Amino acid sequence: MDRVKQKARDLLDSNKVQVVIGYEEGTDGTARPVFIMDSKNIDKLIFNDRCYHNLAVYLTKVEVEKIGRVAVEASLNTLKGIVKLASEGQFVFEDIDILGVNRNGELYEFASLDEVIDYIDQHPVEYSPEEISLLRKIESMTREERWEYWQEEFSRCIRCYACRAACPNCYCDACIVDINQPQWISPTPDALGNLEWHIIRAMHLAGRCVNCGACAKACPVDIPLNILNLKLAEEISKNFGISEEFLLTNYPLAIYDPNDKENFIK
Amino acid sequence: MDEFEPKIVAFVCNWCTYAGADLTGTSRIKYAPNVRIIRFPCTGRIDFMFILKAFARGADGIIVSGCHPNDCHYTSGNFHARRRWIVFRSLLDFLGIDVRRITFSWVSAAEGAKWADLVNQTTAEIRKLGPYTSYHKISKPEEEVIYG
Repeated sequence: MDRVKQKARDLLDSNKVQVVIGYEEGTDGTARPVFIMDSKNIDKLIFNDRCYHNLAVYLTKVEVEKIGRVAVEASLNTLKGIVKLASEGQFVFEDIDILGVNRNGELYEFASLDEVIDYIDQHPVEYSPEEISLLRKIESMTREERWEYWQEEFSRCIRCYACRAACPNCYCDACIVDINQPQWISPTPDALGNLEWHIIRAMHLAGRCVNCGACAKACPVDIPLNILNLKLAEEISKNFGISEEFLLTNYPLAIYDPNDKENFIK
Repeated sequence: MDEFEPKIVAFVCNWCTYAGADLTGTSRIKYAPNVRIIRFPCTGRIDFMFILKAFARGADGIIVSGCHPNDCHYTSGNFHARRRWIVFRSLLDFLGIDVRRITFSWVSAAEGAKWADLVNQTTAEIRKLGPYTSYHKISKPEEEVIYG
C-alpha cells in the first residue's frame, strides 16, 4: 500500500495526473471513494475487501474529465470496467493511470489494454456461492412463484437509480428512463414502472455487464439486481458459446451467428 | 360477458410477413379477427419495449414475425433480432412473465396460408390461457395515455 501511495504522490507532485481516485475510510466501518487532488492528502488512501465501489464509473463523467488526467486505484472489478469502457470507445486507455498491486504484491504496470485483459484472464472472478444459490433457487421456482418473487422484490424499489449511478456501463447522457417524449417507462415507483425499469436496465446491460455487483450493493432496498445480470450473462455464454474474454471487449448483441438456436421460433 | 376474445398484437416486418398477411387476404383465406397488425421496416426494428408496452396496454398475446433467416431485406436484421429475442425471452421467463403468450415466427411473403395458421393457432392458444390478468393488474390498460 505504501508503494501505491508513493506512486500516487509522485504522479500528483510531478503533475502527471491532476486527480487520484481511490478509496478512503468512510463512516461506520465502510470504505468510500475519494478524489485526491493534493498530494498531502494521499495518506487517506486505503485498499481492502470493503472497497467494493467500481471506480471505473467516474472515468466517463464530464466533471472528472474537466479536472484533468486521472489515476485510479483499481480493484479487479474496476479493471474490468475500465477494459469494457475503453473497448466501447468511452476513453483512450493511455489517458488514464492505474494504481494498485497485483496478487504477487507488485505494482500494476500496464503498458496497453491487452496487458490488462491478460491480467484479468489470469484472475477469473468466481461468483459467490450465495449469488449462485439464489440464481438456482429462482430458476427452480414455478413461473407464478418467480412472478410473485420479483413483484415482491421490485415493490420495494424507490426508483432512486442508485443501481444506474453505481454502474460503470450505465453512462448514457440521456437515459431512456429520463426521456419523456415519448415516455417509455413511468417514472413513478409503481409496479409496472418498476418492472419495466428493471427489465430495460438488465437488457441494456446484457452482454456488457462486468458482473461487479456494484448495482446490488448500491441498492438501498436490497433488490438482488446482479442476479438478473448474472442470469443474462449465463444465457449469453450458454446460447452463443461466448467466452468471458471475448465478452470483455465485444458486444454479443451487435453481432450474430447464422446458426443461433431457434427452437422457439415457429 | 360471453366467451373471452383474446387481443393479439402482431409486430411484423414490412418485407415478408406484412406482405404474407396481405397475400392471406388476397387469397381469400379466413383467419381469426383477434390480431392487430403493426408494420415495421424490419424485425431488427422491433424494440423489446414494444412487447412490454403491448402487454401493458391490454394485449393478451403477441406475435413477432419477419423474414426467414437469410431472406432479410437488410441482410442481417432478423439475425440481430433473433439474438435479442433469445436473451429477452430468457429474461422475461426468469422474471415470471408468461412467454407462452409471445409467439416468434418467420413468415415469408409467399406464405399466406402459414400466416393464417399462425394467427389461428396463437388465438386458440391464448384463448386457452385466458386473459393476461397478472400483467394487466399491475398496469392500467383501460386508461388512455397520450404519448408525445
